[in-house]
Amino acid sequence: MESLFLDIAQTLTGWLQSLGLSAVWADFILLIIQFACVAGIVTINVIILIWLERKVSGFIQLRLGPNRLGPWGAFQTIADAIKLLTKEDIIPTRTDKWIFRTAPLFFITVAMMLYLVIPMGDGMQIVDLNIGVFYFISLASLSTIALLMAGWSSNNKWSLLGAMRSVAQMISYEIPLTFSLLGVIMIAGSLRLSDIVAAQSNIWFIVFQPVAFITYFIAATAELNRGPFDMPEAEQELTAGAYTEYTGMRWALFFLAEYTNLVAVSAMASTMFLGGWQGPWLPSWLWIIIKTYIIMFVFMWIKWTFPRIRMDHLMSFSWKVLLPVSLANIVVTGVGIYVFKWMGWC
Amino acid sequence: MITLSASELMTINIGPQHPSTHGGLHVEAVLDGEMVTDAIVHLGYVHRAVEKIAEGKTYVQFIPYTSRLDYLASHLPTLGYVQAVEKLMGIEVPERAEYIRVIMAELSRIASHLLFIGSMAMDLGATTGLIYCFRDRERIMDMFEMTSGQRMIASYMRIGGVAEDVPEEFYPAVGSFLKDLPAMLKEYDGLIFGNEILQARVKGIGRLTAQDAVAYGVSGPNLRACGVDYDIRKAEPYGIYDRFDFEVPVAQGGDCWDRIMVRVEEIVQSARIIEQAVNGLPAGEIKAKTPRILKAEKGAEVYHRIESSKGELGYYIVGDGSEKPYRLHVRAPSFINLAVLPLISRGGLLQDIIANIATLDPVLGESDR
Repeated sequence: MESLFLDIAQTLTGWLQSLGLSAVWADFILLIIQFACVAGIVTINVIILIWLERKVSGFIQLRLGPNRLGPWGAFQTIADAIKLLTKEDIIPTRTDKWIFRTAPLFFITVAMMLYLVIPMGDGMQIVDLNIGVFYFISLASLSTIALLMAGWSSNNKWSLLGAMRSVAQMISYEIPLTFSLLGVIMIAGSLRLSDIVAAQSNIWFIVFQPVAFITYFIAATAELNRGPFDMPEAEQELTAGAYTEYTGMRWALFFLAEYTNLVAVSAMASTMFLGGWQGPWLPSWLWIIIKTYIIMFVFMWIKWTFPRIRMDHLMSFSWKVLLPVSLANIVVTGVGIYVFKWMGWC
Repeated sequence: MITLSASELMTINIGPQHPSTHGGLHVEAVLDGEMVTDAIVHLGYVHRAVEKIAEGKTYVQFIPYTSRLDYLASHLPTLGYVQAVEKLMGIEVPERAEYIRVIMAELSRIASHLLFIGSMAMDLGATTGLIYCFRDRERIMDMFEMTSGQRMIASYMRIGGVAEDVPEEFYPAVGSFLKDLPAMLKEYDGLIFGNEILQARVKGIGRLTAQDAVAYGVSGPNLRACGVDYDIRKAEPYGIYDRFDFEVPVAQGGDCWDRIMVRVEEIVQSARIIEQAVNGLPAGEIKAKTPRILKAEKGAEVYHRIESSKGELGYYIVGDGSEKPYRLHVRAPSFINLAVLPLISRGGLLQDIIANIATLDPVLGESDR
């Protein structure tokens, strides 16, 4: 079981080469297949996640959640997806149509590109970039532009307010998010994600970096626009924020992208702090799935318990609390590494 | 010379279709960025001409319409109406009916305040709080169903008494509810009031001074949150309210947090009244012997007011010698309380308007009539 997916890839490459293709072309075709797999897995995973979120929120809110369609209501999301696909696609007349149409596509594309670097198992990484962490952070911040595009092009005041909020929020939380990952990078001494996972073979980085984990978690919640930081949508204030004018599948694409981001950020958290795919007994790809789902459950738990924070509190929390804490964490980590080396412990 | 222009003001319409306006409320907010420079309340989206309808209905026929004013505490507006008519015609109400009326009115008040807590939490983004409050409000709705057959729009009060006697199973239901109430409030405390994010969003927000509150005619919990100790149940006791031992909770700050806390404390005090009323419930008739056709004298007029869950709910009725009123006016507390919304929202943020609407607790059915 351990190398199930690697074996499949091996067999595929072998088969492609037996057709007379050169090694480069075989790798290229395999890469395309891998991209397709990411897109497929992400979509299927979102269907599971939406169902899970409904069940978790139902459990927290003393409700049953979906329970009509299929076992435990498992097919409810599929029915919803079909409904969204067949809905009328409304583009309001006074919108900037080109940007209005591309915004959801841009959002989902950026979200899917995050999966290129995340190691989903032992050796299961599409591209092992030597600047993996940097790539992840820079792409994650691109989603701000998608929200701004959606908000601006909709020509709606609610959308504009939502977009403005999301820009302010995501730029502010980008910095503590990056700084919280810096501590891990300093210990591992590499930006390559496979190196970071390998460095955690004995002990998880959450042990050395508990503060960084918490700041990462909070900043990631804001980065994902999830409650209590769901400013851009803020249903009770901005009706649907940046998504107000979107209908049907375009609207669904935003949701798809948000859940895709959720999985990516959770997978990143387990890679950086919880030892990635490493774990005993079970195959490596199962380990990362388990860790990612546990983190996602905590994200859901928080969303369904807390009220929404106010915009100005949100900003001051980022600049006055999270940023100094994450900076202090970097200083302490640096001193700690120096002391460890000096004492000859590592 | 190029002058850098100041940021342009943006007018944004909150409602009439909006998730957190509690019905057809329309607030026209003028924003400078996210700062509110003005908030104009537009009303009338739920106007049903209830006062005009009253002129075409007999005194008895109008009872169901009163339940539909404040549909979240439907016994209270009905109680106010039947007491006003009784005052107009000089009808004595039997002892047992008075006690049952008090029990129902206070249960309505608790139901309304529970919904207030839930919808307030919901408007501030804590969706789970709403469900917890609904779970507990449901038990009161069940009790209403036992007595009147209706859950929300009960129309249970009658001129001269109540429609039905309370059934046997009502007593254990109300007893267990009162017993569980402290645990419920503790649960809300952990889930809703104890949350720091929520406290930061309501403390010091929407501050209303006692002077302004009195000047605008604000009443009910919103007035008592500003430090004015005024409750019609104490100031001008109607029915048999002078027989019960309860306190009037008053807060000093006048902000959203105080408006919430006053209502929470009122739930506790209402529970005290219900307990006393259930224990002291006498046997006897539940409805006075009234004539088949109720007529008020020509020119007879009455103003009767009660402390509803939203504030001072008054009925002004003029008779014209027939079985229909010549004129009926409802002093709706939600309508008058909403008048302070622009005052307390100016200078705040867009998100504070939502908190202000939620804590003023308007019911649009009552405010628009």
